[in-house]
Amino acid sequence: MELYVPILVLAVLAAGFAIFSLTIAPFTGPKRWNRAKLDAYECGIEPTPQPVGGGRFPLKYMITAMLFIVFDIEIIFLYPWAVAFDALGVFGLIEMLLFIVTVLVAYAYVWRRKGLDWD
Amino acid sequence: MNGIQPPTIEYGQLSPLLLVFGAAIVGVLIEALAPRYLRKSLQMPVTLLGLVGAFALVLTVVMQGVPTKAAAEGAIAVDGPALFIWGVILVLAVISVLLINDDNEFVASAAAVPGTPEEEDAIAAGGAHTEIYPLALFAIGGMMLFASANDLLIMFVALEVMSLPLYLLCGLARRRRLLSQEASVKYFLLGAFSSAFFLYGMALVYGFAGTVSLAGISDALGAVGGQNTLLLIGAGMLGVGLLFKIGAAPFQAWKPDVYQGAPTPITALMASGTLVAAFGAVLRVFWVALGNLDWDWRPVMWGVAILTMVAGAVLAITQTDIKRMLAYSSIAHAGFLLTGVIATGAEAQNALSLKGILFYLVAYGITTVGAFAVVTMVRDAGGEAGHLSRWAGLGKRSPALAGVFAFFLLAFAGIPLTSGFFGKYAVFAAAVAGGAVPLVIVGVVSSAVAAFFYVRVIVLMFFSEPAPDGPTIAVPSVGTAGVVAIAAAATVVLGIYPEPVLRLAEDAASTLFIR
Repeated sequence: MELYVPILVLAVLAAGFAIFSLTIAPFTGPKRWNRAKLDAYECGIEPTPQPVGGGRFPLKYMITAMLFIVFDIEIIFLYPWAVAFDALGVFGLIEMLLFIVTVLVAYAYVWRRKGLDWD
Repeated sequence: MNGIQPPTIEYGQLSPLLLVFGAAIVGVLIEALAPRYLRKSLQMPVTLLGLVGAFALVLTVVMQGVPTKAAAEGAIAVDGPALFIWGVILVLAVISVLLINDDNEFVASAAAVPGTPEEEDAIAAGGAHTEIYPLALFAIGGMMLFASANDLLIMFVALEVMSLPLYLLCGLARRRRLLSQEASVKYFLLGAFSSAFFLYGMALVYGFAGTVSLAGISDALGAVGGQNTLLLIGAGMLGVGLLFKIGAAPFQAWKPDVYQGAPTPITALMASGTLVAAFGAVLRVFWVALGNLDWDWRPVMWGVAILTMVAGAVLAITQTDIKRMLAYSSIAHAGFLLTGVIATGAEAQNALSLKGILFYLVAYGITTVGAFAVVTMVRDAGGEAGHLSRWAGLGKRSPALAGVFAFFLLAFAGIPLTSGFFGKYAVFAAAVAGGAVPLVIVGVVSSAVAAFFYVRVIVLMFFSEPAPDGPTIAVPSVGTAGVVAIAAAATVVLGIYPEPVLRLAEDAASTLFIR
């Protein structure tokens, strides 16, 4: 049990610090109203007011993020293959090419259907 | 440095799968490169060729002798049952794609909010989502892989490949957009939740067995005899994930909402193909991997099967929407099929149960696609006439269509001389032989309850006065008419002369699942 005591102490310290900071901040900090403070952080849609009937909102950021994930995963697969390239031989090369071609097809789709255009 | 041996991959055995996925990728390329006006006329042949070609490849594999060893280093089992299920899924997929090909069912622009100028513009411009073809192909490929996966990891990947396109397709109905989007979101959230259960269960079972291969789990079971917490919790969670996909109670809540909201051709594909694939996976997990744990899962499955049969049959009575009613009927049928899953024992008994389940899946799948094809043809001003009251008197206005639909309903009820009778008979007979007599009694009673609401629709169609402003019967496209004709013919043939398909199912089942 003694092994867990430091962890417990750390947890109590962390929780105490968080609670202390949040409680003290309204009393010590300056309050200067600014419109930017109520905006969505960096990107994203304005939560209110909503347009009539729900409206449409831009998906640009989300599409970019999703594309990033797709190619990120591609790279993740490429690294171990590149490291063990000579051990994996021709079979590995062909499989990797097939994989890249498949991702390339998705890329071609996004590109042709204007998923990469910002406006 | 040359320590890594390349794996042996039996491309011949896997060729049906590869062809379906290949056709899907070609479909994506068509979407990318072909001009808008050509897309549909290119997609349709590619999709059909892919599916028919894959069916031919399945036959080739069967001709060359059913493999006795799992392919791709034990990851995928192309055994008798898997080949049979592949064939069934491909047949159901071809007729569902004929239904999907009908212009009238899919939205012009899914991103447009229902009832806004954007949507009207998209309709006026003749917009269409031809992506439905490659998406359907990916889903079908996922179904095939799901039913033949021989390790839990592949099974999970297949589950996602099957489900993700279906979540999307559910939201593409042309009319009653909000209902369709609601169906899509509900299916996605609940499906993601059940996938998480499956994944967690898989992790726990891996923690117990040290392997994700079904055969490996079965071997590890021998050592403990079912007294391991990790194993029991893991098996339970795997069960939750799988039973969700077949819509067994208490995980059936998504089915009516999704079936109702989704475009009817997609409902047809889900109700037939997904059910077939999911039963393939259920059988593989519970018979191959957890076969020696049957003392633990059998009581739970008894409860689930009874609950599913009763809930499906009883709740269907209160439904007023034709698609919701068919959804509850599908839940009841999943329950009937579960009685076959429970009836295990010696090898001969397993083969008997498997044969019954396989035949049932064929019979039920084809009739289901036919029934939903009829649903697409009965239309109001606002799209399909879903409410049952609108179907009143249909038999007087359009006797042929109402007759065919009545026939499908009788097949669901399991009346002799329809395919449903032999399906139920085969499964219940196997369950009796397997010692699950009380379960069969519950099954027969719920069948009788179910027959009540099927017959109620028939009475409504033929013995009540048609409403003056009743729904119109759309002139079917060649595809839709073909689907109804094929389904009706199959239901009759399987009901009068089921021997060839029964023998085929018997041959497929005789080898059981390979390990």
